[in-house]
Amino acid sequence: MPAIKSLEELKRVREEALHKKQMKAAAGNVQVIVAMGTCGIAAGARDTMKSVLNFIEKNNLSGVTVTQTGCMGMCEQEPILQVVIGEGAKVVYGKVNTEIAEQIMKQHVQNGTPVKDYVLPI
Amino acid sequence: MKTKRAMILVSNDPESIRLGANELIHNLNEALATYNLQDEVDVSTISDINHSNVLPLVIVYPEATVYGPVKAADARYLVEEQLYKGRVVTSLLAPPKQLTGQIGSLRTHKGYNPAEQRIVLERAGRIDPDNIEEFIAANGYEALGKVLTEMTPDGVIDIIEHSGLQGRGGAGFPAGRKWRFVRAAKSKEKYIVCNADESEPGTFKDRIVLEGDPHLIIEAMAIAGYALGAEEGYIYIRGEYGLAFRRLEKAILQAKEFGFLGKNIFGTDFNFNIHVHAGAGAYVCGEETALLESLEGKRGEPRSRPPYPVTNGLWNKPTLINNVETLANIPPILRHGAEWYRSFGTPSSPGTKVYTIMGNVNFSGVIEVPMGITLREVINIYAKGMKPGSTLKLAQTGGSSGSVIPAALQDTPMDFESFRKAGVSLGSGALLICDQNTCIVDLVKVLLQFFRFESCGKCTPCRVGSQRAYEIVERISQGQGRLEELDQLLDVAGEMERASNCGLGQTAATPIRDMLKYFRTEVEAHIRLRVCPTGVCELTEEIEKVA
Repeated sequence: MPAIKSLEELKRVREEALHKKQMKAAAGNVQVIVAMGTCGIAAGARDTMKSVLNFIEKNNLSGVTVTQTGCMGMCEQEPILQVVIGEGAKVVYGKVNTEIAEQIMKQHVQNGTPVKDYVLPI
Repeated sequence: MKTKRAMILVSNDPESIRLGANELIHNLNEALATYNLQDEVDVSTISDINHSNVLPLVIVYPEATVYGPVKAADARYLVEEQLYKGRVVTSLLAPPKQLTGQIGSLRTHKGYNPAEQRIVLERAGRIDPDNIEEFIAANGYEALGKVLTEMTPDGVIDIIEHSGLQGRGGAGFPAGRKWRFVRAAKSKEKYIVCNADESEPGTFKDRIVLEGDPHLIIEAMAIAGYALGAEEGYIYIRGEYGLAFRRLEKAILQAKEFGFLGKNIFGTDFNFNIHVHAGAGAYVCGEETALLESLEGKRGEPRSRPPYPVTNGLWNKPTLINNVETLANIPPILRHGAEWYRSFGTPSSPGTKVYTIMGNVNFSGVIEVPMGITLREVINIYAKGMKPGSTLKLAQTGGSSGSVIPAALQDTPMDFESFRKAGVSLGSGALLICDQNTCIVDLVKVLLQFFRFESCGKCTPCRVGSQRAYEIVERISQGQGRLEELDQLLDVAGEMERASNCGLGQTAATPIRDMLKYFRTEVEAHIRLRVCPTGVCELTEEIEKVA
């Protein structure tokens, strides 16, 4: 990556980054986002993340990106897991342990039906 | 209990009742029943919310829409539009609140969590902190580019000064003025230091920013470097914040790669670099001059002032020391302008404040709301009320060095000026909410235990004062205190306030004063009756026999 030398270049990089995101969304890709702040990790987010990755590997899923993010303020609900399918709305799950993560992967990511019991009504 | 989807609060102070608040509540309930919403919406009351010209006042949560004045006849229309159809009734909206943080102008927000105003935490929990592209996609580094290519250093400081931003570390010193001092100091070398040694018990707002949005701090420090003429920046981070430390280091590498740090940033002749330095767990190193000593590799002990760090800071050079939250406000202010920033919060304390909520409440976590919101609002709305069976006895703001606030002060707007007037301090933004089972003597004992442990020992008032104060309070908690010791305690507190070298000793006296000011009866019960009214303190048996 060559250094950014002007505001125009920055704008271009921003457009590209946004474009990349939109392309992923338009292709119907699934994003699984695990909140990995200290509160999330303390509540077991690492295990949740592992369980998500294991599920993907075991079932040979493609088109699923797993990323992390920081704390969104609801420390009480950690581990928090977000699922975005394509251009659809973000679904936020709270208190996601390894089993629930697996259930979400199966029911929501694979079959498109959110697991209502654990959705945080934000 | 069934969860309600919305909550209507009606002001019920005498003036509101005179103007028909009770009838309004009656009509609201009736209207809710008409639309069959009674199970989904709660109607409750709120007293004295400092908005006397538009009473009765109605606040509808979770959207935090503020209406006023609302007549009883408006109830049905309000319910139909706002709660049945989900539309805001613009004709009834109250004018922006001058005193309690203008929460009326908060962006409406549908769902379970009440509306917040996120400036500092705008990206935290939304972007991947390890990926600079996500930061850039969310308008990151735009302010830095704008500042470097289009603005003069003085122009930057003018905006910061005009925005009215105050230091968020606890003292509330005007940020623009501090920047101006460093800018005016004559020296070839200057330094920007970010104080991320967040050791105040219960405070973790800075951690959320550093872990969730590390590039924001890098951007802010580079802006400060340009505005003040510095080429080096240091982030002094609390040793326990390993994750934040790693993310910062990674972010700095990425920023270098993209040319936001290093030489000739944005093609200008401005150079800037940032180093991260981890503390080793001493509370006193959060004090700015002790922090500088520690950065220089010496024992972390506060310096005598004057001279102040703005002229004689790191390596004796002019240095800007700002808290993480203060710096996090800089890029948004420069992106949107000072007027935009002033539209949040109160006229004397513009902007937002990040609070960490914990204690006997239903929701603990982090919120960012406009300055000037009251403690009652935070507890009832954002913390979703006290735990079942709990009533508010006191709240502690700002970790151990903050104030102990009795329930009676819960309607004081939380901004620097209102708190100063009420004789309490806002501190760093931790809100520890305690219920009726908390013993004030026990609480203060724990705080003093903390201070006597963390006192660096350099100056006598703090070193000996915190020890003596602890011993007295410990005796009281064991039922062995004497009444005249309370005066001694105030004496010690006074000396600590007057003669301590730094904020640690000065603020250690605060909980003692607050205890004797607001809870004297309870303290005296420990001494006169040898009873702990809450049953927390274990009074020694010997004394009981004598009594």
